[in-house]
Amino acid sequence: MIDRLDEFMRFQTEALKLRSTRQELLAGNVANADTPSYKAVDFEFGKALAAATATKPGAPAPAPELLYREPAQASLDGNTVEMDAERAKFADNTVRYEAALKFLNAQLKTMLTALQG
Amino acid sequence: MSLFNIFDVASSAMAAQSERLNVTASNIANADSVAGPDGQAYRAKQVLFQAVPPDEGNGPAKVRVAGVVEDSAPGRRVFDPKHPLADGQGYVTTPNVSIVDEMVNMLSASRSYQSSVEVMNTAKSLLQKTLTLGS
Repeated sequence: MIDRLDEFMRFQTEALKLRSTRQELLAGNVANADTPSYKAVDFEFGKALAAATATKPGAPAPAPELLYREPAQASLDGNTVEMDAERAKFADNTVRYEAALKFLNAQLKTMLTALQG
Repeated sequence: MSLFNIFDVASSAMAAQSERLNVTASNIANADSVAGPDGQAYRAKQVLFQAVPPDEGNGPAKVRVAGVVEDSAPGRRVFDPKHPLADGQGYVTTPNVSIVDEMVNMLSASRSYQSSVEVMNTAKSLLQKTLTLGS
């Protein structure tokens, strides 16, 4: 029974986990905006989520594959952080994290309603 | 919880940027110091930022100041024979501080600092929202 409950919320849980991992990576990129030769990293969220939800329940989700960002305008010091792009992605990821949180909350409420009748 | 890690990353950036701002302040303050403790003109200092990869796996990198180096550019030589520190030819060596460069450095450091503060605030509000999950 409990494992069904886990399974029910698994998708949003994995999504939330990946969103927080991505948030962390983007924060790292913003932090290193002035570090010479730093290469901005990110991962493909859709791919990572598909890989995480494809694993057996209980098994640890695979770590997302990190990719280096292709800069639109390369800088002379070898740094590939573009502050505008990073901030936009950071804001986008924030909203999507909140969305995943809302969905998870709604699923919990649904279950609670079913349990309490 | 990996969101907590953002606090470490953002605060490392804030510490590094504030050190840069400190060095910039020193450079601007000493833009006219023709003699230091060693009798030489003040030399501009620059911070070196370095990305610190995480201890294990691949994750976000923190920032640290790898060191503060002196600018090797030669100081400006100004002809002023009446100056007490003028050399035999009447020239005084002034600091190699470029005020324009330093102003740019100051603005860049303060903007980057602000970005880190904003990142930290976002992480904080996300964590607070996560704590209310299920209520």
